[in-house]
Amino acid sequence: MLLPGALVTFLLILFALGLVLFLAFRANDGSLLGTGFTVANFATVVSDPLYWTVTLRSLVIAALVTLATVVTAYPVAYYLAFHAGRRRGLLLFLVTLPFWTSYLLRVFAWKIVLAYNGVLNSALIESGIWSEPTLAFLNTPAAVVVTLAHAYAPFAILPIYVALDTIPKSLVEAASDLGARPFTSFRRVVLPNSMPGVLAAALVVFVPTVGDYVTPALVGGPASTMIGSLIQAEFGKANDWPFGAALSVAVMLVILAVVLVARFTDRRFGSRT
Amino acid sequence: MSTMRTGGGRWLGVYVVAYLVFLYLPVLLIPLFSFNNSIQAAFPLQGFTLQWYTTLYGNSALSGALANSLVIAAIAATGATLCGITVSYMDLYGRSPLAATISAIARLPILIPGVIVGISLLILINLIGLGPSRIAIVLGHILVALPTTVVIMRSRFAAIPKTIREAALDLGASDWTTFRRVMLPLSLPAIISAFMLAFLISFDEFIVVFFLAGTEPTLPLYIWSQLRFPRSLPTVMALGTSILAASFVIAAIAEILRHRGLSATVPRPADPSQPKQTKRGELQWHST
Repeated sequence: MLLPGALVTFLLILFALGLVLFLAFRANDGSLLGTGFTVANFATVVSDPLYWTVTLRSLVIAALVTLATVVTAYPVAYYLAFHAGRRRGLLLFLVTLPFWTSYLLRVFAWKIVLAYNGVLNSALIESGIWSEPTLAFLNTPAAVVVTLAHAYAPFAILPIYVALDTIPKSLVEAASDLGARPFTSFRRVVLPNSMPGVLAAALVVFVPTVGDYVTPALVGGPASTMIGSLIQAEFGKANDWPFGAALSVAVMLVILAVVLVARFTDRRFGSRT
Repeated sequence: MSTMRTGGGRWLGVYVVAYLVFLYLPVLLIPLFSFNNSIQAAFPLQGFTLQWYTTLYGNSALSGALANSLVIAAIAATGATLCGITVSYMDLYGRSPLAATISAIARLPILIPGVIVGISLLILINLIGLGPSRIAIVLGHILVALPTTVVIMRSRFAAIPKTIREAALDLGASDWTTFRRVMLPLSLPAIISAFMLAFLISFDEFIVVFFLAGTEPTLPLYIWSQLRFPRSLPTVMALGTSILAASFVIAAIAEILRHRGLSATVPRPADPSQPKQTKRGELQWHST
């Protein structure tokens, strides 16, 4: 009975990833699987400053997105867990609903907001704050951060909410009985206990944003090209699959390092997951 | 709970409302401008029109892409749901240590950026001679939706009290009969909701499909190709509004079914730990 699921997972996931790893060590000769064995692809990835710059930029943008998303989502999750009462079900539904609408359209909506003749500019001019429209919104890394923080909001709220919801209420009561002020009991009891959820949220937001190439292309402009765009170009225009595969392997290694750090931090906080 | 409803709670409530506005305002601009009588998506509004919706009809490229997306989403969601059921059931009740490993691997794609899932499948399908095609997209979408279906089905199976399955086995039902006559009917709402969510994931998916599509584009690819032409933007927004409306309806039905399924089998209040475990399980993407 396990067969179909096992086949899919092994063939599609492991074998496909294995192929990427294999291809990364081949030289490009225009054929599907390249030729020979070489580490030249990785040498280029490591020695060319372009890839360092773009990888670093992707990491910084993804980190900013993660930070913005988690920090803004935490109070919402907190409200859901401790204050929502009867409205909890409705609120949870409202928060997750945008997640099921087209990702392309959500990014596109931000393009409408931020464009030169867009909503934000016209609002600012109508209200007299600015006399003429500015180009400063669209095609900036900041636009990418805002758009992605918006797109991944439900991903961050849900794990934090679950972590907060499973904290026994008696812990908070005990803290206040022992004389802790609300803020102290939040800082010393609630926040540390919710850290596994915060880290899970950070991971679920961070990983897809590092490799994103759609959002930078639509609202980011050339100044915010991310590593996903470069990988995509190697498999498209540049037609150097082995090099693209090497770039992918490098990105996966970076993500693996981040995940391991997160796991380690998680354990330090005494994970209950 | 009421002891915590203090002044801080009210401010938090204001924040949550502001957050919801941030969440919905950009999305709601799409329906707004889809009825606006102007090529440009800018204020002030130029008057009400339905012309962008009328151009949607009779657009053969669009209806082709839509049909393509629907077929792919239906097949991929079926595949992902079947795999999700088998993988999570064997993980929880199978006696093979392999099952837990497979279940962990099945949830792995959530930790791989879409662009890498896309290229690795592109290499694979070229190697096995399929090439970019609809079958390739279906395989890709099964993979993308698999973590979701596994997580949903796993939490559902885990929420069914163990005693029910044991009773069936004690009464002489075989493993297969127990699965088919007891566990499957009990988890039907979750199966439907997993299918619907997988359907939506596939229907909206762009990052992976970008690599795997052959000559027949899916709807997101069609939208992507239209985004470059300012003249067709209002039509794209009319199309987007239609998709938004349909997605909302499907998501709402999936959500209602999931909640109905959960409340139907939450055990007596004597065991307060049970519902919590369910909620945790639902969202445990990384419990490898």
